[in-house]
Amino acid sequence: MKIGYYPGCSLEGTSKEYSDSLFAVAEKCGITLEAINDWNCCGASAAHSMNHDLAVALPARTLALAEQQGLTEIVIPCAACYSRLSQSQNELNDNYVTKSRIESYLDLKISGTIKLLTVIDFLKKYIYPVADQHVVNKLNQKTACYYGCMLVRPKEITVIERTEDPLEMEDVMKIAGATPVKWAYKTECCGAGLSVSKTDIVAKLSGKILEDAVSNGAESIIVACPMCHMNLDMRRPEIKKQINKDINIPVLFITQALGLSMGIAADKLGLNKHFVDTDTAVKCIIKKEA
Amino acid sequence: MARIGVFICHCGENISATVDVVKVAEVASTFAGVAFSTEYKYMCSAPGQDKIVQAIKEHKLTGIVVAACSPRMHEQTFRKATAEGGINPFLCEMANIREHCSWVHDRTDETTDKAIDIVRTLVAKVRRNAPLFPIKVPVTKTALVIGGGIGGIQAALDIANAGHKVIMVEKQPSIGGHMSQLSETFPTLDCSQCILTPRMVEVSQHPNITLHTYAEVESISGFIGNFDVKIKMKAKSVDSSKCTGCGECWQKCPNKKIPDEFNAGLSNRTAIYTPFPQAVPNKPVIDRVNCTWFTKGGKCGICKKMCKAEAIDYEMQDSFIDIKVGAIVTATGFDLKHTDFFPEYGYGEFKDVIDGMQFERLASASGPTAGVIRRPSDGKIPENIVFIACAGSRDKAKGIEYCSKICCMYTAKHAMLYKHKNHAGKAYVFYMDIRAGGKGYDEFVRRAIEEDEVQYIRGRVSRVYEKDGKLMVKGVDTLMNSTPVDIEADMVVLATAIVANKDSEALAQKLHISYDKHHFFAEAHPKLKPVETNTAGIMLAGACQSAKDIPETVSQASASASKAIALFSNSEMSRDPSVASVNNTNCTGCLLCMEVCPYLAIDKEEIKDRSGNLMRYAARVNSGLCQGCGTCVAMCRNKSIDLQGFSNEQMLGEVMSLLNKPF
Amino acid sequence: MHESSHSTEPKGLKGRIIAATGVNINQCYQCGKCTAGCPLNEEMDIQPNQLLRMLQLELPGYEDKLLRSMSIWLCLACDMCSSRCPQEVLLSKVMDYLRQESLRQGKVNPKAKDIVSFHQSFLESIEKNGKLNEMGLTVSYKLKTMNLMQDISIAPAMLSKGKLSLFPHKVKNLKEIQKLFKKTSEHKGGEQ
Repeated sequence: MKIGYYPGCSLEGTSKEYSDSLFAVAEKCGITLEAINDWNCCGASAAHSMNHDLAVALPARTLALAEQQGLTEIVIPCAACYSRLSQSQNELNDNYVTKSRIESYLDLKISGTIKLLTVIDFLKKYIYPVADQHVVNKLNQKTACYYGCMLVRPKEITVIERTEDPLEMEDVMKIAGATPVKWAYKTECCGAGLSVSKTDIVAKLSGKILEDAVSNGAESIIVACPMCHMNLDMRRPEIKKQINKDINIPVLFITQALGLSMGIAADKLGLNKHFVDTDTAVKCIIKKEA
Repeated sequence: MARIGVFICHCGENISATVDVVKVAEVASTFAGVAFSTEYKYMCSAPGQDKIVQAIKEHKLTGIVVAACSPRMHEQTFRKATAEGGINPFLCEMANIREHCSWVHDRTDETTDKAIDIVRTLVAKVRRNAPLFPIKVPVTKTALVIGGGIGGIQAALDIANAGHKVIMVEKQPSIGGHMSQLSETFPTLDCSQCILTPRMVEVSQHPNITLHTYAEVESISGFIGNFDVKIKMKAKSVDSSKCTGCGECWQKCPNKKIPDEFNAGLSNRTAIYTPFPQAVPNKPVIDRVNCTWFTKGGKCGICKKMCKAEAIDYEMQDSFIDIKVGAIVTATGFDLKHTDFFPEYGYGEFKDVIDGMQFERLASASGPTAGVIRRPSDGKIPENIVFIACAGSRDKAKGIEYCSKICCMYTAKHAMLYKHKNHAGKAYVFYMDIRAGGKGYDEFVRRAIEEDEVQYIRGRVSRVYEKDGKLMVKGVDTLMNSTPVDIEADMVVLATAIVANKDSEALAQKLHISYDKHHFFAEAHPKLKPVETNTAGIMLAGACQSAKDIPETVSQASASASKAIALFSNSEMSRDPSVASVNNTNCTGCLLCMEVCPYLAIDKEEIKDRSGNLMRYAARVNSGLCQGCGTCVAMCRNKSIDLQGFSNEQMLGEVMSLLNKPF
Repeated sequence: MHESSHSTEPKGLKGRIIAATGVNINQCYQCGKCTAGCPLNEEMDIQPNQLLRMLQLELPGYEDKLLRSMSIWLCLACDMCSSRCPQEVLLSKVMDYLRQESLRQGKVNPKAKDIVSFHQSFLESIEKNGKLNEMGLTVSYKLKTMNLMQDISIAPAMLSKGKLSLFPHKVKNLKEIQKLFKKTSEHKGGEQ
């Protein structure tokens, strides 16, 4: 089984472990991920803040290349890249004036029919059916599933059902043998692209998220977005200073958590690459009963 | 030989300022068939009408054309004058040279020419008019009232007190509707049941009213004055003629876990039950969907064993009765959205986030907490309550753009009731606007703010979530520079949107009345006919038409009743004779007309020979039902059906005259 | 005779935004739900609903205030406002337009320099490489803002964990990327 794959800049750089763990899980389940040839950056928040056409054109180039490659489905693990590519595809499909203009910049035609999958769509469609065969461990810990913004909003492009209290990641974590906790900050923003330019704001917002997770009993946080991961993990020292609390729960990508439950080694999943130590999560694993 | 009289009205200056009325009258006198032509300043005035009367007699006129305003204004007037002159009133037509001519053009030659064209067209029509006679249909002087809430009760009492029979059908086991669930009513804070139950008893005891509860309308056919209605009497499983209302059955019923609809789900009831102690009739019914006997193949049966009157009958079946009525009043009320409608307020999963009706039940002395406001989660008395107005209403994103009208008032009432019971408690109301237009209403809200110190904050709440047993409310105060206002609440009450009953669409289709996209029933005219529908003989009262409070519902109910009473004031009624009629010698019986008739006014007639053998079929129009829309005439392939007063000949005559072609 | 509201020439900022984004600013009835749910409602100088009010009223000086505000740069584009708005006003699209317009008119709030510099450094990196080169971005950002010591502490860890590559990954057909940048900078005015 082969499906298309768009890593985005973060999965090749600061969040390489997300990519590593995704590939590890896919490999175990017999799925090949084919990267889009010569893909480019989606533009992230910089493009849509500064230049509307650029924000549509950058993802459009990648979509056009994917179509040329014959891909019908692509998984986009980074929630922000998923949002940019979906919004671009939607705008091209809805507005023919914009579409002809962008196509003229690219000298390429776009049909706009490729199916874009979030990592959760991908897991539900391709991993769930074979999960039983591969899950050998129980994570045996309380996890807070953090969706952030881009997986649940805007409602026009996301497919999550309960946008104020989603449960899709929780379903995955139950398969992995973890106990998802009920908590209130599942879809509150972590501070997004202000991580470098306004780190104090990120510290404040991510701090609230961590506090709520911990007060509801979470022993780890599960994410599906490199930006969220960076803000909750790499920025932990600033957060601790801001909220004046010593919170040390690790932040795992959902593919890492699932990978652990499938018996994949922690370093193959990139768990040694985090800023906040992940040992506490790894140590909780027990063998699943037959 | 046609002898048409043409009368051109100046309408003061409304027409004569733009149209050369003298010229029109002159030219009209030259039209074929015109025997008399004149103009006058005010044709609708008494001297004006008299001109018509005199002209008919003097000039032996056979038809009249009055060129003036719209027939919607004065067709009746001029037809009456024509009748006074001694000829059939339907030989009079109006040529609209005001709304269709002088009011939409400037004074030019072309305008006058247009007026002349219009007059010529109507002359061509009237030359082909035939005398028509109003159709008389008998009237059954019984009314059907659907719905036993305050609206239905008021309508039924008004009609019954006027001396006519009323049949009331209510789908719940008791009448009373939502008003019976309320604690107090605004703006007087009267105890709701205290003012309602005497009316309920009056209905049950009135000699002219027949009450069927636990019953629904199954089907309706017929037309104004002559409706045939089938009522389904749902099996109560209790023989009301034997039942004494002693209450042994529901006291002993072991199945006590069914959510109680009357208490808005805040408590449970038994499977055999009366909805509330003052129910009318005060006889229980069995909820077969939840009763053990019915769901578990004959187990239990305790109520039957307990019943000394031997009134329990598990074998009882639904039965049907057929009734004949002359008028129908629809007073089926409303439903409320529930807290599960709000993702941002917890998907209905937070126990202490409740809706307005649930708050009423908490506040009510006969409610699940005996009138003490308690948190459903732990039974504690809340130290503060946040009330959120406009929950779901005025919300395009949630599909409800309209205002639910009553929530501003009942929210103020709720806040006041809470403060009266808990002087130290804090009440907050997040609102957008305050709609308190009724008599004494604004004063009521000011009382809540000024005397009971309810804190009104202008802004909508973005989110409510649970934390350590409290509800975290994230709101804003747009009057204070849009400062965020976050409150840790013990209870949140959502003033949820009023919506149509979930069965409204089905009922509207049975009744053949129109409804809007929100399934509220459509009135015939929003300003001038608020209680009639487009279906003659069917009236509306109350919230089934649109969200409204009790005084408005009662007013509408009495208005509906007056329409029914007016209908019943004669044993016969006259109908406009502009109906379709079939030439059944020509008719081939293809019955395409029957298929397209929107009023189901056409049926199949058997054409027999003298020995009674069936020769063929033909279409037949029920002149009592036909509304004269003409769809059948358009469909008919061999011109066997025609519309009286707007026949093919008349229409063609108008068209050819407009084209200045002979016909 | 009054001016037709259906004239084809949108004049004020409100009209230009409606034409460019399709968002009907007139729909906002100032309920404040956006502000109530905004994660940055304690940081913004002009609250989200106030931004819309200023656009609606079009009083003298409002356009300038809006374009010079910090709010438009602090906005995280998290979409919480749009997702809860009862009138379906897509405020995030309006914010995007205001940011672009603020740049076009050269009215960026001085306190937002860091944020804008970050965006600019980001886009420069993309223009040069087609993908993000973190080292290049960091250097460019530090030079623009003179925050030379920022994040110095995490650099070694980033390098050792393999999260920071010294050499950029590049797109092969860079000319296509550069053409995109050139063409989209020519298309001013923001019509969409």
